Amino acid sequence: MELLVAILIGVLFMIGTYLILTRRLLRIILGTVLLSHGAHLLLMTTAGLKRGAPPLLGEEAAAYTDPLPQALILTSIVISFGVTSFILVLAYRTYKQLGTDDMEQLRRQEDE
Amino acid sequence: MNNVVVLPILIPVLTGIVLILVRSLTWLRIIGVASLLINIGVTAYLISQIDATGIQVLELGGWSAPFGIVLVADMFAALLVVTANVTAVICLLFASRTIGEKRERFYFHSFYQFLIAGVCGSFLTGDIFNLFVFFEVMLISSYALIVLGATKQQLRESIKYMLVNMLSSVFFVVSVGFLYGAVGTLNMADLSLRIAEMGQGGLLNIIALMFLFVFGLKAGLFLFFWLPGSYSAPPAAVSAIFAALLTKVGIYALIRTFTLIFYQDPDFTHELLGWMAGATIVLGTIGAVGAKNVKGILVYNVVASVGFIIFGLAAFTEGALQGVVYYLLHDIVIKALLFLLGGAFLIAAGTGRLRSTGEWIRTYPLLGWLLFATAFAVAGVPPLSGFLGKLLILEGGLRAGEYVLVGIALLSSLLLLYSIIRWFMEGFWKPRPEGAPAGGETRVVRSLLMPCVLLLAISAALGLGAEGLAGFVDQAAHTMAEPSVYISAVLGE
Repeated sequence: MELLVAILIGVLFMIGTYLILTRRLLRIILGTVLLSHGAHLLLMTTAGLKRGAPPLLGEEAAAYTDPLPQALILTSIVISFGVTSFILVLAYRTYKQLGTDDMEQLRRQEDE
Repeated sequence: MNNVVVLPILIPVLTGIVLILVRSLTWLRIIGVASLLINIGVTAYLISQIDATGIQVLELGGWSAPFGIVLVADMFAALLVVTANVTAVICLLFASRTIGEKRERFYFHSFYQFLIAGVCGSFLTGDIFNLFVFFEVMLISSYALIVLGATKQQLRESIKYMLVNMLSSVFFVVSVGFLYGAVGTLNMADLSLRIAEMGQGGLLNIIALMFLFVFGLKAGLFLFFWLPGSYSAPPAAVSAIFAALLTKVGIYALIRTFTLIFYQDPDFTHELLGWMAGATIVLGTIGAVGAKNVKGILVYNVVASVGFIIFGLAAFTEGALQGVVYYLLHDIVIKALLFLLGGAFLIAAGTGRLRSTGEWIRTYPLLGWLLFATAFAVAGVPPLSGFLGKLLILEGGLRAGEYVLVGIALLSSLLLLYSIIRWFMEGFWKPRPEGAPAGGETRVVRSLLMPCVLLLAISAALGLGAEGLAGFVDQAAHTMAEPSVYISAVLGE
């Protein structure tokens, strides 16, 4: 199971990297979204996928799943959600104001 | 357990929330400044406690150390927090004169407080994932501050700034994931202990390199390609606080991780840090000397100083680490000062292009001489604050046998002095060329000089009062050189 998830993470990172290297702003943003999904899955997999009962007090079980990575993922998802929504608005505003979403044309012009 | 440790984070957060509700401009400014002043007072009290009884720890929610999140105020972090707050107050004074009513009404003051909260949090946390969270608090506020006003240049640069930082945040999460998988803990003290037990082998070296990449990107260590564009887009007060604090948080994170966690294999990691620092110094200096624009001179000075501080970390002797503490404190103050002077000059001269300015010494003698004094502070001429830090770092470098890098650092100090003096000569002394733009209002520019004078006074005080500061700096450097002090304070063993 871990191996399958690891391959999935690899695929997510691959597509994310590909999208980031393109020129359209929206594709780049989607690329960062995929990369952060990959990172979150990776956090979950590092602790080992489900190894035991839910980590609750009072439940008789031989082994418990490590709850920490899930807490980390939750935090990280919330942050990347907020940042992604912010950059989507920013990208839209940039497109309206500058009339382009092509990164080549968003380069800095000298001496402004 | 000491609840005071959380206050430098809590005060700006609460103030930021309150400021969302405030409508009156005067009250916005008063509350903003008051919050930072209270913060300075609280941190000074914290420093006196650390001085008396050692490192102060707060276990959040009462969960004991390796399991819960801890806030740790050692001398290094506390000194940085207090300097950051002092600089922030003065930049805020400058901001309320220059930033414009519209930006102030659209929550500039709230974002500013949240930024300070993120910076203080990053300095004080003792947990590496919590460090990520505070980095994000700081970054999200900085995204808002950099784009506030939405001029075309700001929009274009903010997009790039955000994308670079989102990418590095993803890598931060990945590195934390790998570290947790390899070591099984995220508490910095516990990490240090366990890595010392298991030895820093190949896998941990790779993880160390990932952290080096992440923090290097934030600090502008070698990977500074994003910095010149982003730092010259927002208004002067905002770029001053960015230059003073944001790169320093990256540097702090580098210092913390490579003195506390990954210090077992310095032949590999610190050697690499040394060469990255050398390359940063060289490239930053070339940029500063070659710049045709005031903003270019400013941003490349930031880059070069990042390299210089990390060079002290790479030398990795207790003396060099003392130099790093001195220089970091000096650099926070002096980079803010340099950017504020740049902002005042842009308003005074109406342009940043050196070719089309000149003769401003007639109108603004004080601004000119302030710039002249700052140039010497940047170069590290005594009695101003840069001298002692530079001396200790270079001495540490010589002891570590890094002769080439010491040579580079010395030469770059001279060239950085030249870069600012060139601005002084061309902007203030050269006859004004034909068709130069008219300057701004004299009264406005004169009112901007008070914050600059304050910062220069602080720089001189840091230099002249180095004797009084020495005790604190020794403690800070000692904790860095001896990780066991930090570990026993946090884990209580």
